Amino acid sequence: MLQEESDLSLIIAQIVQKLKGSNLYSQLERQAWASLQRPEIKLESLKEDIKEFFKISGWEKKLQNAVYSELSVFPLPSHPAAPPEHLKEPLVYMRKAQGSWEKRILKSLNSMCTELSIPLARKRPAGEQKELLNKWNEMGTDEPDLSLFRPVYAPKDFLEVLINLRNPNYENGDSLSFRTHLGLIQVPLKVKDIPELKECFVELGLNIGQLGIDDSTQVPPELFENEHVRIGQKVLAEQDSAAAQQYIRQGSPTALRAELWALILNISSQPEDVLYYEQLKTNVIQHDLLVDSLIYKDVKLTASNDDYYFVFEDYLYQVLLCFSRDTSVLSHFAFNSASPPKSYIRGKLGLEEYAVFYPPNGVIPFHGFSMYVAPLCFLYHEPSKLYQIFREMYVRFFFRLHSISSHPSGIVSLCLLFETLLQTYLPQLFYHLREIGAQPLRISFKWMVRAFSGYLATDQLLLLWDRILGYNSLEILAVLAAAVFAFRAVNLMEVTSLAAAEAVLADLSTLKVMPLLQIFLFATVT
Amino acid sequence: MVPSSEALLGPGTTAIRCPKKLQNQNYKGHGLSKGKERQQRASIRFKTTLMNTLMDVLRHRPGWVEVKDEGEWDFYWCDVSWLRENFDHTYMDEHVRISHFRNHYELTRKNYMVKNLKRFRKQLEREAGKLEAAKCDFFPKTFEMPCEYHLFVEEFRKNPGITWIMKPVARSQGKGIFLFRRLKDIMDWRKDTRSSDDQKDDIPVENYVAQRYIENPYLIGGRKFDLRVYVLVMSYIPLWAWLYRDGFARFSNTRFTLNSIDDQYIHLTNVAVQKTSPDYHPKKGCKWMLQRFRQYLASKHGPEAVETLFRDIDNIFVKSLQSVQKVIISDKHCFELYGYDILIDQDLKPWLLEVNASPSLTASSQEDYELKTCLLEDTLHVVDMEARLTGREKRVGGFDLMWNDGPVSREEGAPDLSGMGNFVTNTHLGCVNDRKKQLRQLFCSLQVQKKASS
Repeated sequence: MLQEESDLSLIIAQIVQKLKGSNLYSQLERQAWASLQRPEIKLESLKEDIKEFFKISGWEKKLQNAVYSELSVFPLPSHPAAPPEHLKEPLVYMRKAQGSWEKRILKSLNSMCTELSIPLARKRPAGEQKELLNKWNEMGTDEPDLSLFRPVYAPKDFLEVLINLRNPNYENGDSLSFRTHLGLIQVPLKVKDIPELKECFVELGLNIGQLGIDDSTQVPPELFENEHVRIGQKVLAEQDSAAAQQYIRQGSPTALRAELWALILNISSQPEDVLYYEQLKTNVIQHDLLVDSLIYKDVKLTASNDDYYFVFEDYLYQVLLCFSRDTSVLSHFAFNSASPPKSYIRGKLGLEEYAVFYPPNGVIPFHGFSMYVAPLCFLYHEPSKLYQIFREMYVRFFFRLHSISSHPSGIVSLCLLFETLLQTYLPQLFYHLREIGAQPLRISFKWMVRAFSGYLATDQLLLLWDRILGYNSLEILAVLAAAVFAFRAVNLMEVTSLAAAEAVLADLSTLKVMPLLQIFLFATVT
Repeated sequence: MVPSSEALLGPGTTAIRCPKKLQNQNYKGHGLSKGKERQQRASIRFKTTLMNTLMDVLRHRPGWVEVKDEGEWDFYWCDVSWLRENFDHTYMDEHVRISHFRNHYELTRKNYMVKNLKRFRKQLEREAGKLEAAKCDFFPKTFEMPCEYHLFVEEFRKNPGITWIMKPVARSQGKGIFLFRRLKDIMDWRKDTRSSDDQKDDIPVENYVAQRYIENPYLIGGRKFDLRVYVLVMSYIPLWAWLYRDGFARFSNTRFTLNSIDDQYIHLTNVAVQKTSPDYHPKKGCKWMLQRFRQYLASKHGPEAVETLFRDIDNIFVKSLQSVQKVIISDKHCFELYGYDILIDQDLKPWLLEVNASPSLTASSQEDYELKTCLLEDTLHVVDMEARLTGREKRVGGFDLMWNDGPVSREEGAPDLSGMGNFVTNTHLGCVNDRKKQLRQLFCSLQVQKKASS
């Protein structure tokens, strides 16, 4: 009891600490001062009256949303004496692996730099600045020579690193037993099995209405859809983050999605936010970073070639270029096992006073990174709002997909969850694929790293991301990957090579996500 | 109301053939007489001049066979030049079908369409009042050149500074089109065309139309786009028209700005023009399927606004077809698949750019290929050479019956988002197209009905 209480007070203290520095705090203060003018505020019961005022005027709701947001994002402290690295990643061998992976990435980046003799950063001459400002809304028309640039790494390079992860304290034993994990990931992390997943994703159950299933053309809308839309509108009217998160587990109606996501992520476009974005834009105009060319290359290679996202090419530059310069992103490294790369001013290598984070936001984009942003362009059209949403999505979810950690939503756990589900519930398929040299993870890895962006049809992807927000976890990606394999199991049993297996699973654009998930979790005989 | 398709050939014995070019004969009969067909399972031959998706569809249709050079045919997907030269002296049996109306240009040539629409509008105003006539205002102000030049100048002077677009009346794929803002520009152009014509006296001066350019198009990702929608007209009198659920939005490859009206590539969104733009990368594929477009709009403007927009688009089809109803020679052998080009402006108002009698059937991508093959398959289902349909169907595959001598309503129980009372039109443009399933159910039930009645 005492332990819980002290934990709670610790959490409260942390959140209060965090919120005190935020804009909301100063707004609340201002509101409180302004409310003194009101007749209902009496000196004798000042505290209660102001609280009452906050409740009525909706400020309490905003505060609630902010607290809820903090709770969702910031991990709970394990022990007051735990060092900060434990917050990033409690397991030593994971930290080490992440560290050496980062070294490799930096080496690759540096060598590309020296090869092409391009500086990591340079100030743009005035003429170039003016030109870029003019072209800001159509940077896609630029066709710089990117042939010499290569992406710093691709998902499959990352997969190789994960495959070689080992826990030095864990002895697998040489003899094969039924416990042996047949997949590529060989670290003992705790992952959920289907009964636990059923509990966790209870709202996806068969007897609960879902968007993505119960809004199909055959189902009369009175059965579920109309009511669901009505509730959604109510949730938006109440502006309650927690309620929105609960609501969206059953999917979001198309017309309400943009607002619901903003509510859940606690994004409200304040003038300060727009100003901040403009500031970032100015940074982009003034300085050119090597990372920019990587971003350009990535967009050209992935989103521009996509049948549906090519239209949003310009938005992608506007978001990603600003994103690399956003130092507020650095704060998420407190709970990310990764660390921002450091660069030193020329000639001052090793001197801490001359160290800067490079890129300023500490995130080096890899091949396919722009696909995290592309689906959001479908929902948000105003650049600063789009930017905020993406940034929040990144620091809550996406970063876990390309850093080595033991977090249940981290990519390692997702891979292990996927493989375990497959091995436990589709053993014949798993064994067959393994025999023909087509380890399932080799195919599904790229789906999970990109959170299925670019593989599913957009409306299906958005339904999937609804659930990611609703459950505040990425585990659904692994479940979906397993469900896809289960769905195509018959065809996969007949293939005899990795290439053939890839071909069977090459096109996911016709899949309906929610029925697959529902069947896999709730309707498969185990 | 359904033209009686007396194809008593039964399933599997339809012959599609193409005649040899007429020489001395005035008439060439087509189609075998009823008696012969019933007995034999003729080897079915077909031929079409179009070597693209249409050929694939025709070749794969069970019981349809290509006809070589000389030979009689029951079905001809012809091109308009053949029609112009041969239709008048070709005799066709009752069951024979051909893919164009004799004078389709009343709808598809820009100057005729404008004339017909203007006349129809006046008639509507007389009969039903200004409000009803205003429903015809989906065509930007157009003037035929050179005969309406003075009217054009008057309008031009009333609206200084706006942009106009000059389009050749009969060309396609964006050829010969240019934009202008000053009268001086067209003076220069007239001089240019005249001077070049001096050398070639035989070629008549081409007719052009000057049309008000829509300066505030709806943009997605900063790009201009137009919609290609398919309408199948089985007859004009009575008007019997079907609307295909799928279609696509064609994007311009470059960002929209009024500053560079000389840059043809920005303003003209025909794929043919885009393909020649230096920016064009075929992998990019600048098309969105209509479903995607509809969803995008719904997430941005809400379902009601989208419903209103699509209702207005339906209105364009109906009014444009009604305006030429009395003019087009409604031969029961004819049907036509039109490609409508629609532009949406920033106020979500749809504008009719033009109607194509021979929409391109060449596929630019895998997705495009599938769309066009399904479109053609369903067209052939509706044309129903196999005489399987009852004629009372409201939906065949991806086609929804839009107009059957009057508006057609959806099934009971459909949600009425338009708020216009209980009538909801039977169109589903940009909606889910589960055509395979529908066709299976349709043909199964038709078979059952047939068995029951025989």
